[in-house]
Amino acid sequence: MAEQAVLRMTGIKKIFPGVVALDGVDFRLLPGEIHALMGENGAGKSTLIKVLTGVYGIDGGEIHLGDAPVLFTGPLQAQQAGISTVYQEVNLCPNLSVAENIFIGREPRRFGRIQWSEMRRRAHGLLARLDLDIDVSAQLDSFSLAIQQMVAIARAIDIQARVLILDEPTSSLDASEVDQLFAVMRRLRDDGVAILFVSHFLDQVYEIADRMTVLRNGGLIGEFRTAELPQMQLVAKMIGKELEALEKIEEQTKDVTVAERRTPILEARELGRTGAIAPFNLTIHQGEVVGLAGLLGSGRTELARLLFGADRPDHGELLVDGKAAAIKAPRDAMANGIAFSSENRRTEGIIGELTVRENIILALQAARGWTRPIPRRRQDELVDKYIKALQIRPADPERQVRDLSGGNQQKVLLARWLIVEPRLLIIDEPTRGIDVGAKAEIQRLVAQLADGGMAVLFVSAELEEVLRLSHKIEVLRDRRLVEELENGDDVDADRIMQTIASGATS
Amino acid sequence: MTILRHRLFWPIAVLVVLLLSNLIFSNNFFKVTLLDGHLYGSLIDILRRSAPLVLVALGMTLVIATGGIDLSVGSVMAISGALACLLIGDLSNPDAVGPVLLVVVAAIALCVVAGLWNGFLVAVLGIQPIIATLILMVAGRGVAQLITDGQILNVHSSPYRVIGAGYFLAVPVSFLIAAVAVALTVALTRRTALGLLLESVGGSPTASRLAGIRSRRITVMVYVCAAAFAGVAGLIYSSDISSADSNAAGNLIELNAILAVVLGGTALTGGRFSIAGSVLGAVIITTLDITAVSVGVPVETTLLFKAIVVIILCLAQSATFRAKVFGRFGTRRAEVPA
Repeated sequence: MAEQAVLRMTGIKKIFPGVVALDGVDFRLLPGEIHALMGENGAGKSTLIKVLTGVYGIDGGEIHLGDAPVLFTGPLQAQQAGISTVYQEVNLCPNLSVAENIFIGREPRRFGRIQWSEMRRRAHGLLARLDLDIDVSAQLDSFSLAIQQMVAIARAIDIQARVLILDEPTSSLDASEVDQLFAVMRRLRDDGVAILFVSHFLDQVYEIADRMTVLRNGGLIGEFRTAELPQMQLVAKMIGKELEALEKIEEQTKDVTVAERRTPILEARELGRTGAIAPFNLTIHQGEVVGLAGLLGSGRTELARLLFGADRPDHGELLVDGKAAAIKAPRDAMANGIAFSSENRRTEGIIGELTVRENIILALQAARGWTRPIPRRRQDELVDKYIKALQIRPADPERQVRDLSGGNQQKVLLARWLIVEPRLLIIDEPTRGIDVGAKAEIQRLVAQLADGGMAVLFVSAELEEVLRLSHKIEVLRDRRLVEELENGDDVDADRIMQTIASGATS
Repeated sequence: MTILRHRLFWPIAVLVVLLLSNLIFSNNFFKVTLLDGHLYGSLIDILRRSAPLVLVALGMTLVIATGGIDLSVGSVMAISGALACLLIGDLSNPDAVGPVLLVVVAAIALCVVAGLWNGFLVAVLGIQPIIATLILMVAGRGVAQLITDGQILNVHSSPYRVIGAGYFLAVPVSFLIAAVAVALTVALTRRTALGLLLESVGGSPTASRLAGIRSRRITVMVYVCAAAFAGVAGLIYSSDISSADSNAAGNLIELNAILAVVLGGTALTGGRFSIAGSVLGAVIITTLDITAVSVGVPVETTLLFKAIVVIILCLAQSATFRAKVFGRFGTRRAEVPA
């Protein structure tokens, strides 16, 4: 390659307690290109960006900016060196004017006094560079999100950016706003700025990116020219082949025939919630693993939350054992033998400052009420049993759960629900962001539970995992349940991806 | 060094230092004498005068554990004293024990209603606790003044006087009441699962709801407890002076109680709480007040003196501060790249 990279990262390694987040990742950015960083949740995209901008230190590897080796100890330093970042959520002050937002912290001054007219003039000039002609003295929140995003970009490029990082800039924009943003990105690219672009929307990546780097599980899969990598192949690279550790889960789970899963536990009839998920029908039988597949934001979590009463449906009804059940709150669902482990482990799952023991017994204790405490000996028995069964590390029940790694926190959550002995266990993204070994253990556990007669609703963004575990796969697209597939030899990742991509229901 | 890490190490250390410094100024500070079957001495005085603050701090601890705060406790104290004195004034025989007991029950019952009101605003209407309880903090004193008709009500009732100024087996009754309340609270929170559920709600309300905890009911309960304890504290205060002073009763005690809870190591953000810590905190604050007098700090600088000691204690409890002052390489080494 004749071109000289403006940024080169080689052999980057980053270790968090219990997880290798990045393992020998190479990455380069050429001037005047838009480079997409691709990978699933937990692949290491955001870690790589944070390492680059100095939010995290590195445990190995080198970063070169131009020819000089650099190591930033904070975002400010990175910014001063010409690396600017615009995050998903607009990090601006909505109650200040556009010009103030662009120059906050570095206002043009004379004798300590802010030169307002100079500031407005320069702000106007900057935005003109982005083809944007707006009143810079108007308050920021009087503009649309897209414009606010552009203001954030204007702020970023004024700091003489050589590298501009856009982390999911389009997730809250509508189609025309995205076009507007892309026009700006192309203009900046033509000016020679190197742009690193992260997005979950494949179509957008193919529309705008010149080149892409794919990560999976903290490792580098490769760098590709967008034009030379068909979309289907990209998805395959992102999702990856089966890992050796996962092979051990035998096909046995799929052996349970339809006939053996006749007793329905839960039945949703035209259940729905406006703005969250369109009305759907779903029946879950005893001993059945039902997988929910679909892209991020397709309504997977919303569906699961309705079944558990975490959100209230405004349409349809829910039947448990064939009888209409009034499930208005998680408590009601628990009384009907339904358990739910949220995808937001940290905010909706564990209670960080409590111990492993307390976290594990929490749901059972809540079900019993505060006046009937679980005797300490019984607590210790239960907790010990599940720490052993799920191999929770460190195996110390009195350790604060926030000190555990993500995978172990997930196991603590599973233990919390397993000790209430539910008939239906809903688990949302239990394997996200955890290391491969723990992933395999959790998958094996799901298979075992179903063998024991428990019904499991398994929500995951990883198709391979859904395919491997589920008897039945529900495919979601755009907040609608579009297809139900009986898992068999004729069903594979391609088949599901087709449905996700096209929405076809045949 | 493990003793340094114990949660209660710093509060205990400060209390000991305070007590010892008193010794410098008055030699017989630790002397406890038995006179007419009553224990006397500065230490006994501290215990007796800590009682109302300990009671209020107990309730405050539970409220703060859920991530809330209760500013209305001082006004509730005033209401409780006002109602008690009003009712006793109407008794035909204020020296009969039975009717006075009934009066006490009535006063506490009214406080429970006040607590239900706070709990309703916070848990059912979802108003921020600081605002919700501010309502009763302001309005409560008005209610108390209405009850007493804006006057200071004096009462003469020997059974009523026992609550705040009496002795049982040579020990001050107010201290015994506070001790029983502490024991009750410990039993209520640690012998049942209430403590765990409280800490869970305070630690993460969303996660607690998804784990099936009835957080609304628990929230109402802690505000009721806080008001009931404040009611008892109000009775002790009014009994001690044999009158109901709606302006002075429990004035600014909410702030002292919050301070006691924080000194005891319970974070204002909710979650883990320490009853022993809050009790210690309350005793420290009372000791400070008494020390200021015995050391001879001029009245006009008493508050300043108090503030300085509190700042020192807070800094001593902060791990970040200790690391900065005592060990420059304490905490900030983790993220330095190789």
